[in-house]
Amino acid sequence: MRDWMIVPKRLFRRLGQGAAATQHFQRSQELGRASLDPANGSDQEASGRTLHANRPQSRVRARRFAAAVIVVLATPAYAQQPLISARDQLSPDLRAMQEDDGRNPGMLWVERGAALWKSKDGRAGKACADCHGAEGAAMKGVAARYPAIDAKTGGLLNVELRINACRTEHMGAAALAYESDELLSLAAFVVYQSRGLPQSTRADGAAAPYFAQGQALYLERQGQLNIACTQCHDQNVGKRLRGDRISSGLPTGYPAYRLDWQKLGSLHRRLRACQLGVRAHQFELGSPEYLALELYLAVRASGASIETPGVRR
Amino acid sequence: MSQTRIVMPASAKKGEIVEIKSLVQHPMETGHRRDNMGRAIPRHIITGYQVTYAGEEVFRAELFPGVAANPYFSFTTVATATGEIVFRWEDDKGAVITETRRLVVT
Repeated sequence: MRDWMIVPKRLFRRLGQGAAATQHFQRSQELGRASLDPANGSDQEASGRTLHANRPQSRVRARRFAAAVIVVLATPAYAQQPLISARDQLSPDLRAMQEDDGRNPGMLWVERGAALWKSKDGRAGKACADCHGAEGAAMKGVAARYPAIDAKTGGLLNVELRINACRTEHMGAAALAYESDELLSLAAFVVYQSRGLPQSTRADGAAAPYFAQGQALYLERQGQLNIACTQCHDQNVGKRLRGDRISSGLPTGYPAYRLDWQKLGSLHRRLRACQLGVRAHQFELGSPEYLALELYLAVRASGASIETPGVRR
Repeated sequence: MSQTRIVMPASAKKGEIVEIKSLVQHPMETGHRRDNMGRAIPRHIITGYQVTYAGEEVFRAELFPGVAANPYFSFTTVATATGEIVFRWEDDKGAVITETRRLVVT
């Protein structure tokens, strides 16, 4: 049992405040499973109060606490239900598009990345391939561990920023713009080497504070619509949101080819789209907030296999 | 230079039907959109795609603004003799993208 699975009590309460607004759907979910969703938690508290009004307050409180502990221990916040990859929500045709490398347009970026991998750049006159091997096989499994802590600076890096750090530190080359085709291609090439491997990002050690920050962002209500990531991507997975199905929010297909974009794009671009959707303040691509959120999403997706380049709608 | 991706067998038996898949990186800008400043984005699309096998045309397509970015085509042809398969895309700015693959027929 890892301690970060427990939702902080403060957050628990805070989320519970929205219970009234979402009750109609919470009720329908209660029938299906005992969930640790915070709103339900406060619902139980409320009913507990009426049912046991004649009992001593301390006993009720102790019972409530014990019940909460059992629920918290039994179901980690992010594992209320098996996480479904957005791949499994695609139409059969789009799914076939993702799984056929001859047809998946994301492979254009992977191939471009393979070419860039071998091209020399910067003052040191080196290419990625000079240190890491020409075929990128040495990168197998690397992306599955990202985002990860940079041993030198102690900061958190995702694959894109790791590539840029490598370029500036070892190649004497300029950092690539975050959403540029060059950086997307290189990142897609690196992540592609880990395709099929289970996501295994670590949330302990120096990564713990970043994980906590990411988790808080994930659970925090935001924007004019005042909803948190978790309310769609944990509590309403599989339901329709206009023309689409709500995904579990796995980051394992990124960089992914979104038909909406007509090109490959990063996870951070996708997160910006989500924040735009709830009319929230959007963070910058590569910002510390998105990095922390990316770490939380990656750890949350532990065990899910990497699909890059994914095809999304 | 545009990125292309061709997936096809390197060799085939004589008379065998081979499937060829091709992707090309292209924005396929329709000409109907406007940028953030309200300026029209000029049309930029691939207009023609032609494939020849040992000098003979085996596949041809005309493309229009309704085609999505990074057009994908797959088609089949009969392996007749060892030869070059030449893929040629042409866009409305006159740029030509070509790619060549060799099919060995045994």
